[in-house]
Amino acid sequence: MPKDSGIGASPKRREDVRFLTGNGNYTDDINVHGQAYVHFLRADVAHATINSINTDAAAAMPGVVKIFTGEDFAEVGGIPCGWGVTDRHGEPQQEPKHPIIAHGKIRHVGEIVAAVVADSLEQARDAAEAIELDVSDLPAVINMKAAAEEGATKVHDDLTSNVCYDWVFGNGEDDAMDAAFASAAHVTTLDLVNNRLVANPMEARVAIGEHNKSSDEYTLYTTSQNPHVIRLLMCAFVLGLPEHKVRVVAPDVGGGFGSKIFHYAEEAFCTHAAKACGRPVKWTSTRSEAFMSDAHGRDHVTTIELALDADNNFTALRTRTHANMGAYLSTFSTSVPTYLHGTLMAGNYKTPLIQVNVKSVFTNTVPVDAYRGAGRPEATYSIERVIDMAARELGVDPIALRRQNFVTEFPYETPVALTYDTGDYHGTMDKLEAAADIAGFAARRAESEKAGKLRGLGVNCYIEACGIAPSNVVGMLGARAGLYDAATVRVNATGSISVFVGAHSHGQGHETAFPQVVAEMIGIDESMVDIVHGDTGRVPFGMGTYGSRSIAVCGSAMVRATEKIINKAKKIAAHLLEASDADIELKDGMFTVAGTDKSIDWGSVTLTAYVPANYPLEELEPGLEETAFYDPANFTYPAGAYACEVEIDPDTGKVTVERFAAADDFGNIINPMIVDGQVHGGIGQGIGQALLENCVYDEDGQLLSASYMDYAMPRAEDVPFYTVDHSSQTPCTHNPLGVKGCGEAGAIGSPPAVVNAVIDALQSGGHKVDHIDMPVSPARVWSAMNG
Amino acid sequence: MYDFDFEKPSTIAEAVAALADDEAQALGGGQTLIPTLKQRLASPSKLVSLTGIAEMKGVSIADGVLTIGGAATHAEVAADACAPLAALAANIGDPAVRNRGTIGGSLANNDPAACYPSAMLALNATIVTNAREIAADDYFQGMFETALEEGEIITGVRINVPDGANYQKFEQPASRFALVGVFVAKTADGVRVGVTGASEEGAFRWTEAEAALNGNFSADAVPAAPSADGMISDLHGSGAYRAHLVAVLTKRAVAAIG
Repeated sequence: MPKDSGIGASPKRREDVRFLTGNGNYTDDINVHGQAYVHFLRADVAHATINSINTDAAAAMPGVVKIFTGEDFAEVGGIPCGWGVTDRHGEPQQEPKHPIIAHGKIRHVGEIVAAVVADSLEQARDAAEAIELDVSDLPAVINMKAAAEEGATKVHDDLTSNVCYDWVFGNGEDDAMDAAFASAAHVTTLDLVNNRLVANPMEARVAIGEHNKSSDEYTLYTTSQNPHVIRLLMCAFVLGLPEHKVRVVAPDVGGGFGSKIFHYAEEAFCTHAAKACGRPVKWTSTRSEAFMSDAHGRDHVTTIELALDADNNFTALRTRTHANMGAYLSTFSTSVPTYLHGTLMAGNYKTPLIQVNVKSVFTNTVPVDAYRGAGRPEATYSIERVIDMAARELGVDPIALRRQNFVTEFPYETPVALTYDTGDYHGTMDKLEAAADIAGFAARRAESEKAGKLRGLGVNCYIEACGIAPSNVVGMLGARAGLYDAATVRVNATGSISVFVGAHSHGQGHETAFPQVVAEMIGIDESMVDIVHGDTGRVPFGMGTYGSRSIAVCGSAMVRATEKIINKAKKIAAHLLEASDADIELKDGMFTVAGTDKSIDWGSVTLTAYVPANYPLEELEPGLEETAFYDPANFTYPAGAYACEVEIDPDTGKVTVERFAAADDFGNIINPMIVDGQVHGGIGQGIGQALLENCVYDEDGQLLSASYMDYAMPRAEDVPFYTVDHSSQTPCTHNPLGVKGCGEAGAIGSPPAVVNAVIDALQSGGHKVDHIDMPVSPARVWSAMNG
Repeated sequence: MYDFDFEKPSTIAEAVAALADDEAQALGGGQTLIPTLKQRLASPSKLVSLTGIAEMKGVSIADGVLTIGGAATHAEVAADACAPLAALAANIGDPAVRNRGTIGGSLANNDPAACYPSAMLALNATIVTNAREIAADDYFQGMFETALEEGEIITGVRINVPDGANYQKFEQPASRFALVGVFVAKTADGVRVGVTGASEEGAFRWTEAEAALNGNFSADAVPAAPSADGMISDLHGSGAYRAHLVAVLTKRAVAAIG
């Protein structure tokens, strides 16, 4: 019998009422009295020297408040990178200045060259057209491999090359790797591209800066997944402002997918300009600007080699990857291809020797950073494609080959520095085989063939490291931030509760799921609990939402704070019931002296906390509010197995996804409906990456896929109804809820399933196609079929 | 967008007069022009809306002749035109596009990936303007190029209802315009095959296929793919792929007509 409230129940998402009725409060809904508008003049060339910028005529245009160029920010700090990676020689990554406004040089199309603040947006745009910009074009550096070569044109003149770092990771020394591959019974090698993506949240970015002249306090309203992080980075590294004088508010945010983690130039600009102009300054990104200024995702070029012994056991895995950083280092850019990718190269398998090499490269393109999954989709795709290819080469069943190599004993220390605390990969695969009706595939293929179509089945596994992260571990690896989270539980006199959480909800459903936990712990109705998030002026502290961390890290902080509340409330109850607090039990919102019928309800206790007439004042402070910071002991390791069935129209090469099944082990689940929804959305994005989405630059650095006319987003008709099974549950061993996180799984696990299915379909039709790079468009399939 | 004057005349004569001004521009449903204005890529001094002109509205069939007003929306064509053209219109864009966009606007713009041009060529349509009548064969003159003179307005389209016709559209994955679209019609003048999306010269008639199909109207009679020379190559497909699709879609259209 499913529960109807608390942990494990699926109450409808309470936030959807305001979203679906047009009552959300998004950043662009906010207008501050007296605000001016900024229009950014953005570079239309990829690489150029700025000879001069003449703003005289523009400044005289109607309505213009002030015009800013790179010179105005020359003394201001650059946007910082939050993770310092040490390369194979022990050297720090190359880290160029990331200016708010281009200064001296333009390094990508879309980079801000000047900013015009005016009374109206149209006036700002008119004036921007009157700015005289004189530049000398330089050769654009676009291709990553060419950029990494000696003598390539440099994106940053003050660096030694375009290589940010050349990083090697894993337990496999060169000699050991060479020996393993030399002695292997079989080696499968695959070259592949993890295609560059644009996040495209429905809500484009917005920033409003405000400065209060009397208090010298700033407020920044922004579309962020982590307002405290933005405040820290902007105050400490860019503008040099005292943190306590700055409030950052991220109200309703219409999707982020990682792209709203990072600190962006426009945020620092609006904050700075508000004081410089003496007026609030607002910027609302157009969709065109979003394409050329939001951090992009993925963009890896990889060679992966898998060695197997004569019994088909994996003996060694080696990858060489070029990862695109774009023109500058975005906030978490350097960690994505390294500690979020290299550490996952063991996958679900007990491969004993692993070596990962990543060269991160500067190019004249938009900065690249975390996008839903961030490094883990790239790792999963490489591993699961090469395994599938090995199975085909060896003529063995791809599921059996995976099963044979599964990690089965936990905890398991991988060759790439992680310790998987728990999992049941066979059990999860069993669930998948049932959910996907693998047994019925042959009959479905026969039906498709009767209709002249090719049908393929693709299966893969995935594992992710979520709940980022133990601060001491990541600190040792170069993280320049702690990755704990915090929650404050404030119980009001009447018993209702506000939980101030550091996690930020931008579509995830926290406002529904988080209260389910607190309500269950206390035994009160969920409607008595609200969360407050997205405002540094209200929430004590928090590191925000990314890496599927919210319930595992912030949720754990919330549990700890609630435990403190319960402990204190029991003391109050014990006083009122004239018993020892050790004897007080809390159930269904009633405090009872164990073994008696003496009890008192939640509301009476909370009222007493605030009206402490009969209260142990000498032992206990009045009030009922507790804060907890939670720093996880380990990552969490959600894992799963996915199956995709596609049909291919051999006449056109068009691929349609006919069936998709997902079996995930997320440990314990708070709200199954929300978890299903997260997986559905993630798979949709993964199918988008696999079949449709592609961010493409031409050789001059012009963005060819700069609008929805050329950048193909997945639509409802592109995805099937999904079958999801979350009954395989091995609870996380080290957090209080036993939860692992579910936000990215779908996007991580689905692309290889789709591509594996396409290759399977083509092979079934006699086409000797081993690989097609994503997106597997009709044109690419047709080309592959026709040699 | 930049400032402009706006007029919404109620007769064709008033519209023609309003368009006589330099830099005046006709506005149909605005599905191309409005985004262009918003991006500041055009700066007309005046927009003359054609959507308030009663004599340019309506879709009707009488005595085997289909008459479509130049300001008829795609949704109106989808509702009231003969079946093959109605089906084409019903799959242009989304409901918002179909309820704003007009056939006259689409034909005047002549986007190389628009659906209507292939149908007009295949149906041997007559493009009616305020000044004259233009045969479809003479009307389309290359990408975004038409026979229209400055200030000339498409007031309607006249088509002899075909004996059979079918449109096959293979969608470009992002825009959902036609990567290639093929309209095959059996008309009083024989089989005609109109192709959109494929050629750098815009919509064209595949005369080789017409000749073959006039001899034997069956999918098997459709010739091998036309030459890829002059076909569009872009992010979404090579010229060779588009040429291949022309043949595939022609076969499918023929098979659908039966």
